[in-house]
Amino acid sequence: MAKIDLIVRRAKLDGKEVDIFVSRGRIESVKKSVKSLDAGDARVEEAFGLTAMASMTDVHVHLREPGYEYKEDVESGLRAAAWGGFSNIMCMANTKPVNDTASVTELMLEKARLHWPKGPRLFPIGALTKGLSGKELAPMAELAKAGCAAFSNDGVPVKSSKIFLRAVEYASDWDRVVIDHCEDPYLGVATGINEGEVSSRLGLPAQPDVAEAMQVSRDILLAEYLDIPIHLAHISCRKSVDLIRFAKERGVKITAETTPHYLTMTEDYLEAEETEYDTNAKVNPPLRPEADRLAVIEALNDGTLDCLATDHAPHAAHEKEVEFDVAPCGITGLDTALSVTWQLVRDGVLTQETFTRAWTTAPCSIFNLPVNRFEPGDPADFFLFDEGEEWTVSPQTLYSRGKNTPLLGTVLKGRVKTHFIAGKKIV
Amino acid sequence: MKWLHKDLLDVVQLSKSEVMAIFETAGRFQELQERPVKKVPTLKGRSVILFFAEPSTRTKTSFDVAGKRLSADTFSLAKSSSSLTKGESLKDTALTLQAMAPDAIVIRHWCSGAARFLADRLDCSVINAGDGRHAHPTQALLDSFTLYQEWGDVAGKTVLILGDIAHSRVARSNVILLNKLGASVRICGPRTLLPPAIRKWPVKVYSDLNEAMKGVDAVMCLRLQLERQKEGLLPDLREYARTFGLAQRHVDLANPEVRILHPGPMNRGVEISSDLADCADSLVLDQVSSGVVVRMALLFLYMTRKGEE
Ligand SMILES: [Zn+2]
Repeated sequence: MAKIDLIVRRAKLDGKEVDIFVSRGRIESVKKSVKSLDAGDARVEEAFGLTAMASMTDVHVHLREPGYEYKEDVESGLRAAAWGGFSNIMCMANTKPVNDTASVTELMLEKARLHWPKGPRLFPIGALTKGLSGKELAPMAELAKAGCAAFSNDGVPVKSSKIFLRAVEYASDWDRVVIDHCEDPYLGVATGINEGEVSSRLGLPAQPDVAEAMQVSRDILLAEYLDIPIHLAHISCRKSVDLIRFAKERGVKITAETTPHYLTMTEDYLEAEETEYDTNAKVNPPLRPEADRLAVIEALNDGTLDCLATDHAPHAAHEKEVEFDVAPCGITGLDTALSVTWQLVRDGVLTQETFTRAWTTAPCSIFNLPVNRFEPGDPADFFLFDEGEEWTVSPQTLYSRGKNTPLLGTVLKGRVKTHFIAGKKIV
Repeated sequence: MKWLHKDLLDVVQLSKSEVMAIFETAGRFQELQERPVKKVPTLKGRSVILFFAEPSTRTKTSFDVAGKRLSADTFSLAKSSSSLTKGESLKDTALTLQAMAPDAIVIRHWCSGAARFLADRLDCSVINAGDGRHAHPTQALLDSFTLYQEWGDVAGKTVLILGDIAHSRVARSNVILLNKLGASVRICGPRTLLPPAIRKWPVKVYSDLNEAMKGVDAVMCLRLQLERQKEGLLPDLREYARTFGLAQRHVDLANPEVRILHPGPMNRGVEISSDLADCADSLVLDQVSSGVVVRMALLFLYMTRKGEE
């Protein structure tokens, strides 16, 4: 038997009290707890009363470094990830400069190594096109070699179907999946509010759900035509979900994510007395009506939507404290994702199987990242979670530099107490 | 009547009895308009800031006259003449305005929700003089007041709002207020200029102006922003004028007593034919004088709300 470095004692895992044995960064075994144990010279972590959960993977994060470090940087983003329960995060390319050259990728990775040498692991996503211009392909071979785990023009979706098709083909040569932010460039301006009753009452220019669904249908057709996988980012509405379900039935290699806010919030928030025009809920794609929320939940449970991602989009307070039309889109999400979605499990909205698939197994299998199923040989990526601890979302309790969330002031349940990545304690 | 609201952001906030109180107060000020000296000392020593981040000579002048008739000191901050809005955030503008300690601020802004944004941050009364496409409560109040003066009661009447509804805060506020006062409201315009959720609004929607005009008691024309053509919402102005421009042949289909309104400024020959604008049934100029007295009533009610009349 391999030398045991770490024993986590009496943690709750799937309802049972267990001891978790870790050797050389990997799970050695998980056994029913025993009263007394000879730990040898292994480090012992008492976890009585805490739940052990496999670390989560977030495939859609904006870290803002380089260029917008006042919103977030690699250090603060990884800090939020560490405390948020994430062992792997993938960061989008819409930085300044754009992540379209190896040196930008290397800078991100260097910052991550410098500040968080033991993890969370950072997987940069390279630009699909140079400068996100949508005109010329980015040097994806170079970017893949430098460490980019996927490619996306998120933030500035590629207008031309032809360029997009070429990008998907070229990325597949380097075994990298393309992630598309689905938004018809002509119907879908990022106004941050759904076109419908609420927008018509508030008098705000709005984006219809068909703007998303039209691009979803384009991507499905291209994935089928090329027989190459495409991953669809932050799906928000029923129309998209129906298209994806139909495509999967046909065997199209399409995968998709949604975010905690589309599972828990609707456009009604923007016209409620207290929160009318609240720019913290200005997000792209926008919050949709209740029927869409229910369709997205159903699709996540039945596997039409493969995984969850935060679309963590930190912004500075002064950027959000402006007129709705002027405010940037985005919600900070790494800190709150776990508590919010675990509450959905508690409420019976999501099954625990869905939760585990959506935050760990599915994102890892789509992007070929290490995953912990608590089986021998798996990476020892897990955290100890106090399910009962209540905390109030406030600028002080958020580890991210972004405090832009409609949850400010609300009480959430569940907090990460300790987080191990490859058997090393990171917080 | 004790006025309880701090701000006037939208007509949604007002009860029917509050609207009647505004009309009653405006009626009293109307008598004043007929005197040789049109000024009363009611708001002497009080200050009103007219903050117009989007130009509007009409509305601004109307508020200015209203304030001065009540002896309030009025100060204008227009976007062009003020460093306040040059690249400065609305939050900082709000704080600057607050520091000047006015009793009321009248705001016109191109962003929906801007009046609410200011109201949340200021202690003084904020009166919305038009925010983006959202609301224009004082315009709606003066429109209804004009009709109220004509008819004695708005309830049971049918009012048609004609033109670009989608981009119009005037239409939005009028739909809400006219419904509140018991009128039935019709809407007519090309589908491209109607909000997508129009079916959920308490209105009857028409695409044929002839149908829409049958039996109406009043028609409100809206100003057409000429750039809508460039945005692809209309084929051309000539077609618009021929299809949705109000002309005598349409008026002939309405109730014989029909009244015609327009918030101004008018594009003569586009949304309304020139002779109709000047005809005997037109209330366009009455709207202008109603505007002053309704705004006097509002300044009076909001600025003396602490019962210190
Ligand atoms: Zn996106």
